[in-house]
Order: sequence, then structure tokens, then C-alpha cells
Amino acid sequence: MLRLKVNGQEHEVDVSDPSTPLLWVLRDSLGLVGTKFGCGIAQCGACTVHVNGMPVRSCITAASDVEGQEITTIEGIAATDGALHPVQQAWVEIDVPQCGYCQAGQIMSAVALLKQTPKPTDADIDAAMSGNICRCATYKRIRKAIHTASASVAKLGDTA
Amino acid sequence: MKTKDKIETFSDPLDAVLSGRDLNAYHGLSPQDVSRRKFIKLSGVAGGGLVLAFTLTSKLGMNAADAKEMAKGKTGDADLNAYVQVHPDGTIRIYSKNPEIGQGIKTGLPMIVAEELDVPWSQVIVEQAPIDANRFGAQFAGGSLSTPFNFQPMRIAGATARAMLVAAAAKDWKVPEAEITTSDAMLMHAGSGKKASYAEMAEKAAKMPVPNPKTLTFKDRKDWKLLGTRVTGVDNHAIVTGGSLFGIDTVVPGMVYASYTRGPAIGATVKSANLDYIRTLPGVKDAFVLSGNGTMMAFNPGGETYVPGVAIVAESTWAAISAKRQLDIEWDETNASKDSWTGFVKQAADLAKKGGTQTDDKGNVDDALKSAKGTVEGYYTFAYVSHAHLEPHNCTASFKDGKLEIWAPTQTPSNAIPGVAKLVGIAPEDVTLHQRRCGGGFGRRLENDYLREAAVISKQIGLPVKLQWTREDDFSHDYFRPAGFFDMKGAVDENGKAAAWQAHVITMTPDGKTPVSAGGLNAANFPKDMVENYRATLSMMQSGTPTGPWRAPGSNTYAWVEQSFVHEMAVAAGRDQVEFLLEMMGEPRQLMGIARGPGGGGAAPALHTGRAAAVIKAAAKAADWGRELPKGRGLGAAFFYSHMGHIAEVAEVSVDANKKVTVHKVWVAADIGPVINMSAAENEFEGAVIDGLSTMMGLEITMEKGRIEQRNFDSYPILRMEHAPEVEVTFLQTEYNPTGAGEPGLPPLAPAVCNAIYAATGNRIRTLPISKEGYSI
Repeated sequence: MLRLKVNGQEHEVDVSDPSTPLLWVLRDSLGLVGTKFGCGIAQCGACTVHVNGMPVRSCITAASDVEGQEITTIEGIAATDGALHPVQQAWVEIDVPQCGYCQAGQIMSAVALLKQTPKPTDADIDAAMSGNICRCATYKRIRKAIHTASASVAKLGDTA
Repeated sequence: MKTKDKIETFSDPLDAVLSGRDLNAYHGLSPQDVSRRKFIKLSGVAGGGLVLAFTLTSKLGMNAADAKEMAKGKTGDADLNAYVQVHPDGTIRIYSKNPEIGQGIKTGLPMIVAEELDVPWSQVIVEQAPIDANRFGAQFAGGSLSTPFNFQPMRIAGATARAMLVAAAAKDWKVPEAEITTSDAMLMHAGSGKKASYAEMAEKAAKMPVPNPKTLTFKDRKDWKLLGTRVTGVDNHAIVTGGSLFGIDTVVPGMVYASYTRGPAIGATVKSANLDYIRTLPGVKDAFVLSGNGTMMAFNPGGETYVPGVAIVAESTWAAISAKRQLDIEWDETNASKDSWTGFVKQAADLAKKGGTQTDDKGNVDDALKSAKGTVEGYYTFAYVSHAHLEPHNCTASFKDGKLEIWAPTQTPSNAIPGVAKLVGIAPEDVTLHQRRCGGGFGRRLENDYLREAAVISKQIGLPVKLQWTREDDFSHDYFRPAGFFDMKGAVDENGKAAAWQAHVITMTPDGKTPVSAGGLNAANFPKDMVENYRATLSMMQSGTPTGPWRAPGSNTYAWVEQSFVHEMAVAAGRDQVEFLLEMMGEPRQLMGIARGPGGGGAAPALHTGRAAAVIKAAAKAADWGRELPKGRGLGAAFFYSHMGHIAEVAEVSVDANKKVTVHKVWVAADIGPVINMSAAENEFEGAVIDGLSTMMGLEITMEKGRIEQRNFDSYPILRMEHAPEVEVTFLQTEYNPTGAGEPGLPPLAPAVCNAIYAATGNRIRTLPISKEGYSI
């Protein structure tokens, strides 16, 4: 029995194989399908989640290794009242997605970046986002959305 | 100005898409098509109001039922039948008929309805239409055809509903219809000052007769409020919050999970497997061999075959995938593909020396080459590439009591149904296909092999099952963009003009008779119609590697050969490339092409030299073509017509001493008629440019002993953010009918970049990917 804390909620999960990657526990056991399977070898970033605020590739992270830690998925970054995170908001407004499949992973990488570096340069963005493939190549809009979100995060900071 | 060419006969352009050919010519919707389109009004819908459906009885619709039949038999679920519903509660619901694969069509088609209906977008709810050829005609995403096929039908849908609302108001207010105006879902009569919302008039409108489409009037383009603006995707909120949208997100009560393992070489069959051991692994419920009913993976979206392999059924995806890794299978490769990429390269070089079978001839190429002032020769090679859509193949299927239900991310749902029905031995009517959003398509999801596998597994185990391919499965069993070899010869005359063009095309064949799907030479107007002497010859090499359409099939490689070679000729003539290209286009004129398909073909408007010249000039102007650049930096241009779009691109690159390439910027000028959704169109063209760059730079699929050598993204380096260039897109927004945005932006990119590298370095690139010639990004 695994004890996982996902998006602030405690879960007990029964998996027959303790080496099951976090990705599949989230998707198949907990029904959190926002985190995506892309490659299975940490090459594409579609499966990115946060563990204690840091981006990790859930396809190669054994669920048993993150027991008791704070796991955050794409389903958990909006406010509890449903208000979107500034990164999500920017993604919607700038109309980033084409097929949209990679975008949960992109957003999780972007949220982690802004937490570490609230005002990233283009070089910061390149470095933080280099692990995420967008096969539709929406890179230009991803960059723009991160800058936009950065500005609204800064604004929130000013008024707080 | 509209094209007015009369079309005598044509085959369904969908056939052309599905046969793996590019679509260079297109039959616009004629008035006949409009009159054959029947609208019906539906009643008995929950909530009431005006609910309109229409059916297609033209060739563009598949097996379309008569409207009366439909009304008679299907009223029970009439709310699923409609394209447009105006409800008394103010809701305006519009169904979007085609699969969403990232091209933005789920938003784009309803925008067209909303424009003619004259309703604010904020009031519209968009829903994915059910898959039913009887109700919606052919439903598919391919060939960049969703917009051109559906622009007029969607306008009619919106205008019909609006006309009925107007008629109801006129009757109610006892005023002439012509005096009633609409705006933002409101009806108004200036003379009497009367006003009503669509919601208020919906019930009365539903009682009005459906007007003949010929009597409808459409908005002038200058009055468009919504079309051409930036509208964000209707699924964006669900995408950014992790909602269930994609095929892979499907969950069905009681479902199990499966993996399927196919042969290491295409065509291998299973001799034996360690099934007893596999069944002992954690979470595994069953493992069994499926004998398949086809081996060589012929591209056929509507087919009924699947390849042999071993299915593992488990309690979770991970259990199915991890058990797959423990499989020990003995394969029989007697009849399997023995393809070798290094072998193809050698064989093609021999065939180039021998010459090929003539397929096209005009003027006298031999004389022109002899008498030319200058001649150029070049041997071009391009690699196989993979689709690599980011959502690995998956399909959920439930076979129960002789009925099959499928949840699938497919580009061709209409085509899938008959094939899968035949495979599991039921009638097509007993198949229900739920369209799921596709995590990328690029042409791979035109083929439905993974649907058929899921259906067979579900039938075998009697349970709903989600089949999940791994990334390695996707790479090893793709329908690749075919590789090819072009041996080119050209001549320029004493005036520096293009005088002769000869292409010897060396491609693969599955049967020794016809080129592989998406292989061979496009029957394009350029340059055949621009030079006096033209010849094409063909040679083919036997191959078992599956191929199929890949974003702008044919065009995606032919553009590179053609537009690089045009540049070679311009250089030989000592001419500026853009000037040379414009001269080849000549006087503005509409050329006719062939809309092809298995059923034959007919003439249809294709390349327009005036539209071509306009985009070439626009791209050159945007890039400030001709400006001085420092050493090691260059501009290159290319033009290509595909999918009814006229596109020119200019790239600015620099190359360092180690052949490291930096693409600083790409300027795109596109004529796809009026833009429907500016945000989506721009996104598509930016994406096509970067996809083109990614692919030409470093992507290739190779095989030895029939085994595909690239297995995952670690050996298939898709371009990442840091290398994405700036892209500036200019839409010319002409008065032609709107055409698709998904594909035509890709073909000109590779030649534009290679020509720019030549301008920067003096080195001509004749191999794709260019990493094979030592370049990197």
C-alpha cells in the first residue's frame, strides 16, 4: 500500500508492483489524467509534475520513492475556487495550444520556473523548458505566455 | 475575384488524401453542391427552440441518408443531429463535425456558423459532433480540407437559422422580412422599434419553413465581425487544467489495459512466446497470441487488417507495459521486410546511373541540355521520417453482445467504422465510435490499425479494454514519410532563363508496380508548365517498410528538391533567386491541375501564378530581400503551392566554421484566402515552419534487416525551444475561397533554409536531414 499526497490530498493506493512509475499511479489509480505519457524515458516532458515544488518526470519516478512528499499535478495548480493560476491564464489567453497534449507538462515546467525565477530572461526560459517537447512547435507562444504570466505574478506580488 | 472554372468530373478529394497523395487541385463547392444540401428542422428536442440539421447528398458526403429518412428515423436523439441549435434559454449550441488534431477546427467551423447566424461568440457553446456519416457526411481531418470543404456548408447552416428567425419575427410583427436586421443574437425592426432576442423568437422560428439554400444571402466579407479575428481554442480551459479530452484519457467502467507487441521487422509472425511466464507477472490477467490477418501494413484507413503479435491484458497500463518488456518471442521472419537503408542508398545510386522509365515528357530536354548556355546537375537524397505525434497510439474498445463501442483519437473516424466492423464480424451500424481529441496527427492517425487491434483484443477477452502503444511501438510501426532520391538536370539559356528541367525520381514500391504511399512525384504544375522542355522518369526499389501521408505528403520533400534546384539554376544563370522565380511564374494565370483518386480524376483549379508571385514578393519585401549581410550570413527563399495554399518563405541564417546553423528568422507570406481564425492560422504556420526546420535539420528513420533503428526521442531529436526561430507570418487575405492552414506552411521551409545556407557559405546541401552533411543547430 502506497501513501501518496497529491494536490494536498492523502491517498492510499494499492499497486501490485511497487516500482510502478508515479505517472501510471496518477493516471490509472487516481484518475488524474492531466499528466501525460509521451516517451517513458524522461525525454519529452509530457509527464512533468512537481515533487516538493520541483519539476520531475513522473514516467521514471517510482511512486514508492515519493511517498509522503508533496506531489502537485496540473489538476492542482489552480486555486481551490477554480481561479486559474497566472500561467494557466496566460496559456488560455495567448491561445498557446495546438493539439494541447504536451501543454500540461509545459505548464508544470513553467510554474516551477516562475517559482524559482519570477522574472526569467529568454535564456532562463530556454534552460527551464528544454526538457519539454512540443511536437506542434508552439514554442513562440509558450515563451510569450511565460513572460505574460511573469508580469501578472509580479503584479500580484506588488498588490499583496 | 473568384475562380469560375467549370468542373466536369471529379473524384472525391478525400480519396486523394487517403491514397497518400498531396492535393494540388481542388474542386470548390459549386451551386449544385449547395442545392443538394438539405436542411431539416428538428422538433422534440429537450429545451425546444430552433434546431437545425442538414445532410449532404453530394459526393462530399458519404452514404448520406435522405433528409426525410433522417427526420423520420432519428428524431429520438435529434439533439445530436444538429449543427446549430437556438434554445429559448439563450443558449446557442453549435456542433463541430471533424476530429480536432491541433489544427483548431473544433473552434474554426463553429465560428463560420456563428458569423452567419449573427451571434456573439460568448453566447456559443461548441460540442464535438457524434460520428455518423448519415448525419454529418464524411468526418475526417486530413489534407487540410476541413475548412475548404465546410466553409460553405457552415455558412448555410448559420444563414438558414438566421433566415428562419427573421421570418418568424416578420410574421409576428407583421412587417416585411427585408426590414428586419440582426446583430448579436437580436432581431430589430427600425420602423416600429420592435426588438426581440433570438431566444425569445426561437420557438416561433422553429415553426417556419426551412428556406431553400439558393434564396439565402450571406454576409459580405467587410461585414464579418468574428471571422478573421483571434479566437482562442474552445478546449483551452480543459487543456490547461488537465481535463479528460484525449484518447488516452478515456476511462470506461470495468475496463482493463493492454499492450500489444508486433514483430521486430514488418511482416514477422509469431512462432512461440513465453506466455505462461508472462501470466505470472504482477497485475497481468492474460496473455495471448493474435495471428493477425495481414502482415505488411499496407496503408488503408478503411481496411480490416491488423498484424500478428502478442497481447498482454493487465490491471493497469504499467502492468501491461512492464510485462511486455519480459516477453520472449520467437519470430518467423521468412516473409518479413529485409529492408536496409544503406542498401537503398547503394541501389538508388546504381539506378540513377541506369536511368528510369519515362512518366512525363514535353519539348526536347536532350536538345535543350546540349544547346544550353549553362547546365546544372544535382543528386538529392531525403530520409524516411516518423510522425512522432506526442500522444502514443491508444484506443479504448468495448465489444459486447455483438456491438462494438470505440473511443479513439483518429483522423478518419468515418473510414474506420466499416473496416473494424468487418474485422470483428458485425455490421457497421453496430459500431459506435466516440471521437476523442488527438494528441497530434500529422497524418499518422489517418490509418486506424490501433483501433482494429483494440477491437480484436476486446472481442477476445469480452471486456472493455484500453490498448496502449509505447513510444517504441509508435516508432517501430509507423507509416513513415517515404525516403527518396532525385537525380536532377537543368539548363538555362543565353538569356538566363530556365530552359529545361529533368527529374529522375527513385522511390520505393511495395509490389513492383506502383510507388509506395506518399512516394513518387507530384503531378504539379510547377515547373512543368513554366519550362519548354520537361521530362520526368521513375525508378522503384522493392520495400516492405510501411509509408503513408506525413504533413503535406509528397510536397514536404518535393518542395525541397524543386526549390533548391530552382536556386541552383538561378545561380548558374547568374541571376537573383527571387527575380528568377518570378520570371518562371510569368503572367498571372490560373493553371489547372488534376484532382486525383482511385476513381479517376478531373481538372480543377490549382496553382495560380499571380497568387504565387504575390506571396513571393510579399515574403521578399517582409525580409528586406537583397540587403547586405555580413560574411557567413545569408537569406534564402522558396515558394510552394500545396493544399490549395500559395506560400513563400524567406529564411535568414548564419553558419559558423563548424557548420553550426542559426536560423535567425523566417518570414512567411501565405495566400489561403480569407483567414477564419487568425490565432489558429498563425499558430499553424509558425508550427509548420518549426516542424519543417526540426525535420530537415536532424530527423531520420533508418532500418537494417527490416528493423527500424530509432526507438524513442533520444535517437530522434525533435527541435526544442532554444532553437525555435522567430517566425513572422503575413496573410494576404485574398478574395478566393478559404483553404486549409495545417499543411501548406511546411514544404517551403527546408529549401528556404538550404538556399540561405548556400547564400551564407557557397555550399549546396543535397541531403536531408542536413545533419548528414555535418550541419547542426
